[in-house]
Parts: sequence; C-alpha cells; structure tokens
Amino acid sequence: MTLKSLLLGATATTCLASAGWAERGADGHVNLIYWQAPSIMNPYLTGGTKEREAASLVLEPLGRYNVAGEMVPFLAEEIPTVENGGVSDDLKSITWKIKPDLTWSDGSPFSANDVKFTAEYCMHPEGGCAQLAKFEGVESVEVVDDLTVTVHFADPQPNPYGPFMGGQAPIIQAAQFADCLGAKAPECTDANFSPIGTGPFKVDEFRPNDVISLSANPNYRDPAKPRFATMTFKGGGDATAAGRAVLETGEFDYAWNLQLAPDVIANMEAAGKGVALSAFGTLVERIEINLTDPSPDLPEGERATAKHPHPILSDMRVREALSKAIDRELLVEIGYGKAGRATCNLVPAPAAYASDNTDCLVQDVEGAKALLEEAGWTDSNGDGIRDKDGKKLSLLFQTSTNAVRQDFQALIKQWWGEIGVETELRNISASVFFGGDPGSPDTFQKFYADVEMYANNFDGTDPQSYLASRTCNKAPRPESQWQGENINRYCDPAYDELIKELGRTADLGKRGEIAKKLNDMLTKDSYVILGLVDRGRVSARSNTLGGVELNTWDTELWNAADWYRIKE
Amino acid sequence: MLTYTIRRLVLAIPTLLFISLVIFLLLELAPGDPMAEVPLTVPPEVKEKMRLALGLGEPTHIRFFKWMWQFFVIEPMVFIDWLFGSDLAGGQQRVLSWQFRSPVMDVVVQRMPQTLWVVAMSYVVGVLIALPIGIYSAYRQYSLFDQAGTFITMVGYSVPPFFSGVLVIVIFSVQLGWLPSIYDTTLVVVDWATFKQQLMQMVMPVMVLALQTTAQISRFMRASMLDNLNQDYVRTARAKGLSEMTVVIVHVLRNSMIPVITVIALGVPQIFGGAIITEQIFKVNGLGQLLITAIQANDLPMVHTVTFMLAVLIVLFNIVADVLYGVLDPRIRYD
Repeated sequence: MTLKSLLLGATATTCLASAGWAERGADGHVNLIYWQAPSIMNPYLTGGTKEREAASLVLEPLGRYNVAGEMVPFLAEEIPTVENGGVSDDLKSITWKIKPDLTWSDGSPFSANDVKFTAEYCMHPEGGCAQLAKFEGVESVEVVDDLTVTVHFADPQPNPYGPFMGGQAPIIQAAQFADCLGAKAPECTDANFSPIGTGPFKVDEFRPNDVISLSANPNYRDPAKPRFATMTFKGGGDATAAGRAVLETGEFDYAWNLQLAPDVIANMEAAGKGVALSAFGTLVERIEINLTDPSPDLPEGERATAKHPHPILSDMRVREALSKAIDRELLVEIGYGKAGRATCNLVPAPAAYASDNTDCLVQDVEGAKALLEEAGWTDSNGDGIRDKDGKKLSLLFQTSTNAVRQDFQALIKQWWGEIGVETELRNISASVFFGGDPGSPDTFQKFYADVEMYANNFDGTDPQSYLASRTCNKAPRPESQWQGENINRYCDPAYDELIKELGRTADLGKRGEIAKKLNDMLTKDSYVILGLVDRGRVSARSNTLGGVELNTWDTELWNAADWYRIKE
Repeated sequence: MLTYTIRRLVLAIPTLLFISLVIFLLLELAPGDPMAEVPLTVPPEVKEKMRLALGLGEPTHIRFFKWMWQFFVIEPMVFIDWLFGSDLAGGQQRVLSWQFRSPVMDVVVQRMPQTLWVVAMSYVVGVLIALPIGIYSAYRQYSLFDQAGTFITMVGYSVPPFFSGVLVIVIFSVQLGWLPSIYDTTLVVVDWATFKQQLMQMVMPVMVLALQTTAQISRFMRASMLDNLNQDYVRTARAKGLSEMTVVIVHVLRNSMIPVITVIALGVPQIFGGAIITEQIFKVNGLGQLLITAIQANDLPMVHTVTFMLAVLIVLFNIVADVLYGVLDPRIRYD
C-alpha cells in the first residue's frame, strides 16, 4: 500500500468520521516495540514469551482468555463445558465446534484437520515441542466432521482446556507444516518465520531478533478489521529505551513489559506522549513461614524436617502477629508502584478463584503486640525483645539478592522490631537460592531459616496444580532429595482431602469455591503464607493508540484486531 | 613478497582450525543451558526432549566435526549455489541456530547491511576526523589546538558509549526531537526523502562510535608525526627551501602514515564484530546485537560461527597489515 492510498484512506475515514464506521486498514501504520526481540514465529519451537506474543498476531487458538481470565471463543463457536454438552460427563473428552467459513490468510479453508494436525505436530516424540505440557494426557484427537473436533484424554480432566486454548497452543496450518513433523521441525525455516494464520495480521518479512513487518490479513473473518493496514514489530534494546520511545519521544505506539522502577516510569509519563498501563496476573511476592525447626544444633537429616516442629512459629498467634505488623501498602509504594498491589492471598486472580481475604491489608501493630502477649511472649528483661521460658523471639529471615527484596527486608525488620521480634537478615544469590541443588544448605526448598520471601505464580488461569503443591507429601525432605514446593512443610489432612475433591470437580463455580477455601486455609486461617504484593505487568501505549486491553492471561496482543488510531 | 603472503596464508589454516576447536571447547565447558530461558512452568521432561531435538544428545566430538563439515563444506557449497544457481548443496543440513532454527549464515548476511552502514561508516568518519587532528596537533605541539585535541581524545577514550549514547538520545531525541532514537533496519533508500531519513537515523550511532575511533587514531597519528618532525631529513627539506606545506604533507606525513595504516588495518575486523553496546542503545540490531543475544540465549552454533568468522577476519587483517608494512616501507623486506 502506498503512502498516497494510506493518506486517502485516512482522509476518507475522517470525512465519514461517525463512530462505528470503519474499514480494514483505514488507520494506516502502527509501531510496536518489544525490548526482547522475537527469534521465531512458531510458539511450539520456543518457550519464550516474546515469540508467543509476536506469533499471536498471526496464529490463533480456538479460544482465548480475556482480561478477566475468562475463556472467550476465537475460532470456536463457543467454549465447550459440561453444561452445553461440549465436555463429556466422564470428563474424558472435549468437543470443539469451529466457526463456519473460516479461511487462512492464503485463502484456503480452515478445517478440523488443521486442529488435529496441530496436536500431532506438538505431540510428535522427536519434535521437542515447547508446549507439550499443554497437551498432557491427550490420548487422541478425532476429526468428527470438517467443523468439529474431539480431544480424548486418557484420564478424566477437570480442566480440559489445555490444548488449543490461549496463546501457547494456537492452530497451525496443516498444509504448510505437513513436512515439518518431528525432527524436521527446525528445518522448515520459511514456515517457522512466516506461518500462515487466521489472525488479524500476516507476516511480510521476518528478521530474527530484529524486526517483523506485518500487514493486515486480507482474509480475516471480520471485514472491518484489523483497522491498521501495516505493522512494524521492532525488537531489541532495553526496557528503558522502549519506554522512552513510547512515552517520551512518541516514535512507537506500544511498548511491552516495562520492568522499570516506579519513579522512572512516572518521569517518562510526565512527558505526556503516552500512558503506562498495568494489569495483574498471579505472581505474588510472599513470606513463607517454616513450620519445622531449622536450628543448626539438630543433626543433618533431621534439621528442618517434620520430626521437629518449629519452637516459635508453630504457634499460629505468632504467625498472625508477624502478618499484622506489616504495612503492605507501603511496600507496594516503595517497591513496585503501578506494577504492584497489596494482597493477602496466595491465589490473587483470576476473579473466579480469588478469595475476598483482605483483613491483613491494614497494619495493626497494637493487635500484633496483643497477640504475642496472649501467646506468652513478653519482654521480661526490658531489652526490647520478647522472650518466653528463657528463649528470645528471634528469627532468621532469608531471601534472594535483589534490590527491592533487600528494601522489603529492612522495612519488615523494622516493623517486627516494633512488636518486639528480633530479625536477622540474610540474602542469597538467586542462582543458588532458586537453584534447587540438594547439596546446598541455601536453597529455598531446604529452608534453613525461620521465614523467607520470594515470588511465584502459576501458568494459565487454573490454580489446581499450584494449590496441590502444598499437600503433606510434597514437603521437601531428605528422602525426596529436598525437592518439592510445600516448603513450609504444611500438613493438614483436611487440605489434602479438599485438593482431591478439586481434582474431581468440573463445575467452574464449584472449583472457584474450593480454590478460595484452599487459599484461605493457607493464608488467613493458618498464616503459613503471608501474601505481600500482587506483582503485575506494566506496558505503555501512546495517546493515539486505542483499543488496548492489557491481558496477563493470554498474550498482550490478544485483541490487536480491535486496536485503532484515536483521531484528535 | 608473494611467497611470503602465500606462506602466511597457509600457516593461517592450522591456526584457525585450532582457534575453532578452542572456541568450541570453551563454549562447551562454559556453564549455561539453551533451555535456561524456557519458563519454570515447562516441565523438565519437556525440556529434555527439546534439548534432544537440538542435537545435544550426541557426544561432543561428533558435534564438533559436524559443525566443521557444515561450515567448511556445506556453507561454501550453498554460497556457490547462490552465485551460479547450481545445486551442489542439495538441501544438506547447514549450520542451524538454536534460537531461530534457521541457517546461521542467512541471519549473518541479513545483519551485514546495518553493521556496514553504521559501524563501518563510523570507522571511516572516525579516521577522517582523526588524521587532520593528529597531524595539526603534532605540527603545533602544545598549542591551544593540541591541548583541546588532547582533551577531546581523552574524553573519547574515557567516556563509554553507554553513557555518551544515552546522553545524545536524551538531548537530540527527547529534548529537541530532531533525530529518531530507534534505528529502522527495514528502511530502504530509494529517493532523497528516504536518504535523508537514513542519514538522520545514522548520525547519532555513527558519531558516538566515531568519537572512540577518533580518539585512538588521532593519538597514533600525533605520536607518529612527532617522531618524524624532529628527524634530520625534515631539516634538510626545510633547508632546501621547500614550502612548509610540502615538508609536512609530502615528506613527514608519508613517512608517519606507515605505522598508522597498519593500526587502521588491524582495527578493521572490529567493524564486523559490530559494536555490541552502541547497537543495543540505538537498536541498530547488527552483528554485535546478534552475537550478544546469541550468548544470552546460549545459542552455541551461532556464537561459535560468528566468533569464528571474527577470528578469520582478525588473522586475515593481521596478514594484510604485515604485508602493507612491507609494501609501504622500502626498508622492510620479507624475502
């Protein structure tokens, strides 16, 4: 498209300016900048987020997650559930109905065979597919007719939305990838760089780790979309430069994932060329409390195991007091600004699974002191530190080395000092702390400390496996080579029972209720996990780019078809 | 001279093979995993399968010889095919990048234009500025010009591009809004408008890089000129009544250029290494950015190939510098 026709198109739309009237490509060109550059356009051959984001402009799944984490149909007519008969009663199969008359960007018809082929492509034993986990438990994919496809699972799946849902498992064209199965997958450079898709854009030129030139898909299912005729997807540089290009110089329209200090973003926004957007997923910075005794006096093999309960922290009143003494709002303000919000939960989102647990948000120093008094911890010798039976209320607090975490440690130490708890701080290099080496005494799993702080999240919108990691048998211990995610060594038979129930429940409403209850059991009912900050993502858009809805459940470009230029 | 050149070239072959082995072993021994960037939510079994798909299951020596075969036999065949439209390679497997799953050489060729435009241009500009500064500073040693030149070159030496680059972006892109802060690699120069655009986006990265080159070369030029200015033959030339211009430009400069030219020749390979930091700052995405992203992603075939090509260039330009020395200085004879 030449500049002249672009200008003509733009003038035409301005003349007919009334809302709702638009045609494909009327808004000209849009510039995106990702400071990590995509290296391939095939999300099945890379685990990277940047590639998945870029590919989502071209390749689409049957359904996506919207901003609230709810499923919305894209290539499918509707989301199959047990109620509408799409998911079988035994939870062992799911049947997708595809929208009629869909075509690929090359004009050929889209059919259920492409869906079946996608599963074959990813599940090929020699392919090294990065999204294989999405297809876990799939026994076969059956083409019922041209527009119907059924996925059969080996075991009942309460959450059968792994395959073909979301940006990680989009549909690829069978015709284009037919010769790229298994070990041949990496050799299909053309297909991997310019996949044919059903999405709003198609690849004109792909330069790995540099720039992608895209144009509107002429066969996109909505004739009025996308509003942009062409797109430049630039990669490389750093987050600061990307933020600057959108917020300060206005050269670009959208910048992804600005991991910058809150004041840096605020300063850039002050230039007035764009706005920073934030959205929240499931990443929670939390304090985990050790329920076993990490004392170095205990023999190796018994230290920090269920054999020896923690002498101080086994008392729930102490744990609750520690939680009450923290001012979470202040932590957010100092550490994350727009990219964080205070939380008490382990599962902060999506809304259907997030508990309304907000009691901890207000700091209550007096309440904390009262709880400690009640538990028998008093300051008998007047040195400012509480004690009981000759034992001082003193804790070792560890985390990974990271500027924000050390700020948090200092603040929390001060608050705990106010309620008479002595805190010793320790920070460990992230590669060791998260390294999982069973021989190292400093891993977060081994937890040779009283309390520790880090962040974790879960993939997708369903928290089942995330919550299931806190059952009794998942506690790291010498017999399990210190692997496992139940690092508190939390063990409650009622909790394990409820996890089993969650595994049997398919009804989304009921699943939400159970998940909330599980979350509460770990947080406000036992104070084993103290949620601190729900960490979100910040991206930026220029003042003239409309339609952007920042999504943390799918790719950020999930609704790029709806993006438009705001006319002054 | 010819036999000398040929002897050097032949000797370069075992050197390069050894370098290639050392690079490969260094990369092999270095910690790092091409799957490190894959999120924690991907299960370890899946990661293991991905590793096998990259060919990491084979033993080290097999992978080394495979790379040698692909690089020294198949890649030249592909090049010949491309030149003459023949079909020698016949779809045999080339050196594939782990992060792109595409032939390494294709990406390298794609990155050449912007590296040559920006980094090579900055080298040329830097040399062109450096020579007059060096000559005049030496001729008027300890003058105001010399002092100013010394100051500027010291600044050029000591200010790193990650500071000067960001500084010029803040001044010229953010405050004044004259120049783009992000380099558009898709821009094709077809007319005056696009040429102007290309010029605008090149100014900042070229000047930031040129400052470094200028600092280095102008110091060499000045030192070399000073050596010659006090020689007897200069006094003789002046005594003959030659004009100052002729004395400095024809007599002194010609002799002073001999060491400077070798220094310039030795610096050429670094152009092809790209300018890692400056390319990142201005998003030029040339060879330097290619190398650094490959290192970050543990893309060993890419790192191996690009580093090896740099090694080839360094060895070659060392030979070129030695040969040039012999050509320019009649006192030096290799035979």
